[in-house]
Amino acid sequence: MSWLKISNAQAVPVGEIPLLTIEELRSQTISRIKNGERLVLLFGDKTSDGVVLYAVLADDNASRLSVACSKFPDQKSYRSITTEAPPAHLFEREFYEQFGITPEGHPWLKPVRTGIPGIDHSERQYEFFSMEGEEVHEVGVGPIHAGIIEPGHFRFSCHGEKVYQLEIKLGFQHRGVEELFVRNADRPIYLEKLAESVAGDTVIGHAGGFIRAMESLADVTISNRAKVIRAVALELERIAVHLGDLSALSGDVAYLTGSSVFGALRTKVINTTMALCGNRFGRRLLGLGGVNFDITPRLLDDVSRVVDQLDEDVALAAEVLFSSASVLERFEKTGIVKKETAVALGMVGPAARASGVAVDIRSDHPFDGFEFVPVHKLTLQSGDVFARAYVRFVEIQQSIRIMREQLGRLPGGELRKDLGRLNKDTFVISLTEGWRGEIAYVVMTDGEGRIRKVKVKDPSFNNWFALALAVREEGISDFPLCNKSFNLSYCGFDL
Amino acid sequence: MLDLLRLRLKHGSQAIPDIRKAALMETHRGFPSIDESKYTGDWQKIIDVCPTGAITKNTLSIDLGKCIFCGECESVSEGAIKFTNAHKISCSDRNHLIVSSGTEFDEYQEKAIEATREIHRMFGHSLKLRQVSAGGCNGCETELNACGNVNFDMGRFGIDFVASPRHADGIVITGPVTKNMAPALLDAYRSIGDPKVVIAVGACAISGGVFADSAQLNRSFLGEIKIDLFVPGCPPHPLTFINALLDFIGRT
Repeated sequence: MSWLKISNAQAVPVGEIPLLTIEELRSQTISRIKNGERLVLLFGDKTSDGVVLYAVLADDNASRLSVACSKFPDQKSYRSITTEAPPAHLFEREFYEQFGITPEGHPWLKPVRTGIPGIDHSERQYEFFSMEGEEVHEVGVGPIHAGIIEPGHFRFSCHGEKVYQLEIKLGFQHRGVEELFVRNADRPIYLEKLAESVAGDTVIGHAGGFIRAMESLADVTISNRAKVIRAVALELERIAVHLGDLSALSGDVAYLTGSSVFGALRTKVINTTMALCGNRFGRRLLGLGGVNFDITPRLLDDVSRVVDQLDEDVALAAEVLFSSASVLERFEKTGIVKKETAVALGMVGPAARASGVAVDIRSDHPFDGFEFVPVHKLTLQSGDVFARAYVRFVEIQQSIRIMREQLGRLPGGELRKDLGRLNKDTFVISLTEGWRGEIAYVVMTDGEGRIRKVKVKDPSFNNWFALALAVREEGISDFPLCNKSFNLSYCGFDL
Repeated sequence: MLDLLRLRLKHGSQAIPDIRKAALMETHRGFPSIDESKYTGDWQKIIDVCPTGAITKNTLSIDLGKCIFCGECESVSEGAIKFTNAHKISCSDRNHLIVSSGTEFDEYQEKAIEATREIHRMFGHSLKLRQVSAGGCNGCETELNACGNVNFDMGRFGIDFVASPRHADGIVITGPVTKNMAPALLDAYRSIGDPKVVIAVGACAISGGVFADSAQLNRSFLGEIKIDLFVPGCPPHPLTFINALLDFIGRT
């Protein structure tokens, strides 16, 4: 049976999604991944007649998504997909944790968000991999870290300074986001705000992803003007965070000029977002059915001026940063993730592109304003801290170009439309290229057109494991630098 | 080398000269000015539009501890609610965060934070804080980090975030306090020597914010301790946070 082919944010009746046996779903998922498709999501859904496992794969070059599912009326296990397709690794752990169905043969079947010692002893407790031998030692860091950072636990197995293995245990930030979406299904304004808070450093990315899913379920096409404003907001968010990351990366190698200059540039960008919508992170800019704030002619002038100035300033600051020997000495050949590894793990976003994997939702599965402006996929090959820093710099330049194009021909149209009722028994998946990479929202409605299931995937879910591999064989003192070069979300992962 | 000098020259000094007097742009949503007499419609409409249940009606009031400053209520209020750009909205008493119709900003701010002689004596020139994110979405955390950047430069007042709770005079809590972070938060709190200051930053820490109804929270700890300073916002602007601290430690 062939899988259902859909495009980004295209709503389809749930009944049209082909129902396969679990063996079929498993073998076809594996063969699709081996043939170059990308695993976007693998998730469970509890229904009245058993648990349903959905798989969504992306054929990025063809701008196509494929979806299929399988039902578990009563069996409690199936053959693991991960054994032959590593990108399924965390998805299967999550599925096991949420529904108690065992992927037999899974090599690393540990809790994802539960099992933290001292919380709930009825849960299966998390057990760390342990290394024994002479002169080896373990270092535990977290959940609370040294700076103002979200919590998570890192366990290093070291020989002297060298890291043999890093195991990352998250879940401390779990707020029950997906459940809150469903429980508050009849409060649309609340849902917008909740989406903005899934990861508060990716307000536009997450809100946009959720909102586009909802609009598709309601058959609403927003105006071109609203689409462009959303795209501009998303690029402002990307530029701001990338600048902040370049500042922090500079700080981590004690390069204070970079730390100060990029930090100050970031302030200018987020203040532009505030001029637009009253909040430095873009809260309330987006709304169901469009946007809440217009880019007036005066604002257009202001934003264009900031963008022009930024273009010049970033170029100079980056020139100085990336020609400093003391910076390059730390950045280059540190924390390498090879392309094969990045593909095998199913990495996304700038971290993947820094390892040579050409994946960018703006280009592969265009949405909002990116439907009108083609985005070129930027990749680097070395996969080290340098590449992850440099890719941010070139992406800032690219975002500036995108913003100029978008703002140069700001189309007309109403800011916001009424959403009306959602279609009944419908499935939609919406993909967004947030600054960290692919954000996925699945929303499903019931027979009354009410939201009954929301699945969220932050790009951090794809990329945390890559960080663990990047620090192997590195000095433990390079961990903060490697960590910052990924800058992954804890709450986006924990949900 | 020349480029470096050119960059430094161009960068110049970015520090906000007077943190106490700095004003935010007009679009910023800060203190809400409420005049209920302007609204003629159904009150329930305003109450229901609020995503966090911050609005109540006997006299129309907004609880800044719950408010995420989204301004949705303003847009349906026929002018009865207006979020001004006044950003010094922190206070030391939880009840004071409830702003009612007719309350002027000056009147609100005057009684908001009590600078005691004792606090000033101990922390007036040096306050070291340990930050714990307990389910925070990285919004408040990012703004707290920004307090230390070249623009806000909070360190100039002797206020810093430190790595160890043992080095800290107080704790800054963000996030709604998840079950999974509750024990670690308690550990950090206990590790700070007495006397210590407790500061709750953001709607989530103060009231649970948009996560208030989640079954995954454990906020019991917050009920057992005295919170000295409430800094509302979603997230609070760095100027809101820094000015709150300066008021609290009695700096002019």
